[in-house]
Amino acid sequence: MQNRAKFGVGIGVILVSLGFLAWMGYGESKTYYHTIAEYQQLQGSARNHRMRVSGTVVPGSIHHSAGRTDFALEEEGKILSVSYIGSDPLPDTFVDKSQALVEGRRGSDGRFVAEHVQAKCASKYEAAPGGDKPAASSPAQQSSM
Amino acid sequence: MDVFGSFTLLLAFVCAVYAFVGGIAAIITRHPLLVKSTRQAGIATCVLIFIGTFSLEYLLFSDNFSQAYVVSHSNRDLSAFYKIAALWSGQEGSLLFWSFLLAVYVISVLIAYRHKNGELMPYVGVILAGVQIFFLTLNNFVESPFKTLANVSASGVLEPFVRMDGNGLNPLLQYPEMVIHPPNLYSGYTGFTIPFAFALAALLARYPGEKWIHLTRKWTMIAWCFQSIGILLGAHWAYAVLGWGGYWGWDPVENASLLPWLTGTAFLHSVMMQEKRGMMKVWNVWLVFCTFLLCILGTFLTRSGVVSSVHAFANSQIGPWFVSFMLLTLVVCFVAYVKNHDYLKSENQLDSMISRESSFLFNNLLFLVACIAVLSGTLFPVFTEWFTPSRISVGAPFFNKIMIPIGLALLFLTGVGPLLAWRKTSTDSLKRNFTWPLVFGALCAVLAYILEYRNAVSLVCLFLCGFVFWTIVMEFYRGGKVIAARSGMSLMMSAHELSMRNTRRYGGYVVHFGMVLIFIGLAGAAFNTDVQKTMNLGDSMKLGPYTLVLQSADTKPEKNYTAERMIVEVLKGNKQLMMLYPEKRAFQGRDQQNGTMVAIYSTLREDVYVVFAGTDPDTNLPVIHAFLNPLVKWIWLGGVWVVMGTLLALVPNRRTALVIAGATQPAASPVAPALTPSVNLREGHD
Repeated sequence: MQNRAKFGVGIGVILVSLGFLAWMGYGESKTYYHTIAEYQQLQGSARNHRMRVSGTVVPGSIHHSAGRTDFALEEEGKILSVSYIGSDPLPDTFVDKSQALVEGRRGSDGRFVAEHVQAKCASKYEAAPGGDKPAASSPAQQSSM
Repeated sequence: MDVFGSFTLLLAFVCAVYAFVGGIAAIITRHPLLVKSTRQAGIATCVLIFIGTFSLEYLLFSDNFSQAYVVSHSNRDLSAFYKIAALWSGQEGSLLFWSFLLAVYVISVLIAYRHKNGELMPYVGVILAGVQIFFLTLNNFVESPFKTLANVSASGVLEPFVRMDGNGLNPLLQYPEMVIHPPNLYSGYTGFTIPFAFALAALLARYPGEKWIHLTRKWTMIAWCFQSIGILLGAHWAYAVLGWGGYWGWDPVENASLLPWLTGTAFLHSVMMQEKRGMMKVWNVWLVFCTFLLCILGTFLTRSGVVSSVHAFANSQIGPWFVSFMLLTLVVCFVAYVKNHDYLKSENQLDSMISRESSFLFNNLLFLVACIAVLSGTLFPVFTEWFTPSRISVGAPFFNKIMIPIGLALLFLTGVGPLLAWRKTSTDSLKRNFTWPLVFGALCAVLAYILEYRNAVSLVCLFLCGFVFWTIVMEFYRGGKVIAARSGMSLMMSAHELSMRNTRRYGGYVVHFGMVLIFIGLAGAAFNTDVQKTMNLGDSMKLGPYTLVLQSADTKPEKNYTAERMIVEVLKGNKQLMMLYPEKRAFQGRDQQNGTMVAIYSTLREDVYVVFAGTDPDTNLPVIHAFLNPLVKWIWLGGVWVVMGTLLALVPNRRTALVIAGATQPAASPVAPALTPSVNLREGHD
């Protein structure tokens, strides 16, 4: 019985320590997924969360300027203006009409400030003529991880 | 050929159903002819799956663009090498490939054990047929790879349609490792079906523990070996192709491949507790069950896109099928356990905190916690979406915070475990066994500090690497010395002889040595640096002790793509080291897609990793992103040792009665100095 208690304490200490580390890691890295419509209706502290938003790149909206790239994402008729300020070049698949997933925070002017951009080319694996359903989509490329 | 392929898969399904239903009847009636016919139905299922798979490859090789799968994943200019890989680059093909690899395992088991384990094999056959039925259902009725293109004509009739060329293979997959990485990983995923079938069959048949554990252990090692190779090749592919400078990003698909590896590794350790002391029987059975379920979950995560990932396939139809299959498997396992759990009663209890048993217990605890952490982190978005109004994901900091301490603790146990005695270890033996490893570990940490690897976690890691390395050396040295003294052979030859006499034990140490090398490589990650610069021809940039000069740029047309290459010279001081050619590839096909090829100058000390990251939109000049990643090469070297160690462990022991008899004498037991002979210990090779 004494042995069992010793093992119990040992296991308890390990689990509690790892649980604490997990909680810290969760706090540091939690990111909320939102649709563009949800993002635009966020109130209070929810606006300050780290977020991921996805949408289709609006054709002609990509503008490069020194140190940043501005573009707009569209989803179900809602438009989100995004500024990418990350240091890594955008992925090769990031073009007009591609599906993009942006990760970052809300800027003070309401624009979404993205630190990471993932994109996958939507047109690559669209339904083949006569094919009854779209085949698998291509894996996305990431700008950074 | 498409109709033929489709028909063979349908026939395979029918045979599998017969093997399943007939197998159950055979178990009940014990009629020898029925047992034989269901086994043959199982073999026929496998052969038909082989034919179906080769039919799809034939369609790919013959550029049959009337087929939806061929159009989506191949084109005329695609090389033969990648036409093989096209088989598993899409959803339908990869599910067929799963069936194919499973069939390789199943046919091997059915033929190899046709005259052995007569009580157990009918159960094994039924369970394997059950798993095959699930995948053949997907192949036949949900995600058939044999779909013909058709157009609706003006009169409203469907007419066959043939495309001139296909869309081509995804550029990210056009890399040699992508041809060998998925088959290895899949061989791991599918391979765990065999230990699962043996464990469940043994539980259902109440088969003697010693026998099934031997069978299960061997097949687990085979699957584990493939899974390890697959994970490492995947990491190397991510490193060499994706161009972000790292090899592990805690991506859901990476995590999915790690999960069964973690439980499989835990099982390979805890199985020794059952063999030696008749303990942890329930735990072992559930570890095997969980490993199989995690393999199915891994396939599900990869294929269904349930968690947003760079790999996941979009909007799949197969989700509900996989969830149902996992639930059904879980119910079957649970019922079998409840019905027969008295058969799994433990024969001994833990005696001491400082014993081999307790090291295995903590080893298993850590593997299990690691598995739960990775699983919950991966599925966090799914769970939060179910239970809260938000969908929340966690990233690398979450995984690193938990997995780094677990990894270090496991590394510590890797060194400690083999030196502890079963039941209880004396303080004297602790001193004798651990002094020199601790001294060597400390020397390694000091050396690392002098070489400017000054980061607390890395220093601890390198200290532990030195510690474990020395314990392994000591094991080979002590055992080798005894054989050398008796046989007159050299110490090296004696160590080789020693390994061949107990391949599992010494193969295990070689695997541990490989893990030490991998941890040395992981310790280097804390010192990664990178520089990014827009460069004109002739410009240079500093990267640690290196200077990179952009010498020129050219364009290189290849069969399936055109490469835009940057020619970058690497100098150290004024010494020219080599030229690197990072490139961007524009692939041909219906839509032009781009791919990146990283160029790496790799040494044991560090990798110079150069990416042609794109073109600066303002100046139109190339952007070069260069990383200096210390010690990465050790990871790949470690992988090679892990595989060699596993292969060694699979080789049957060489029998030499004379020396073994001497080596197990308690007074002179240098092969396992800490092992106290006990009536509670059983035969076996640890």
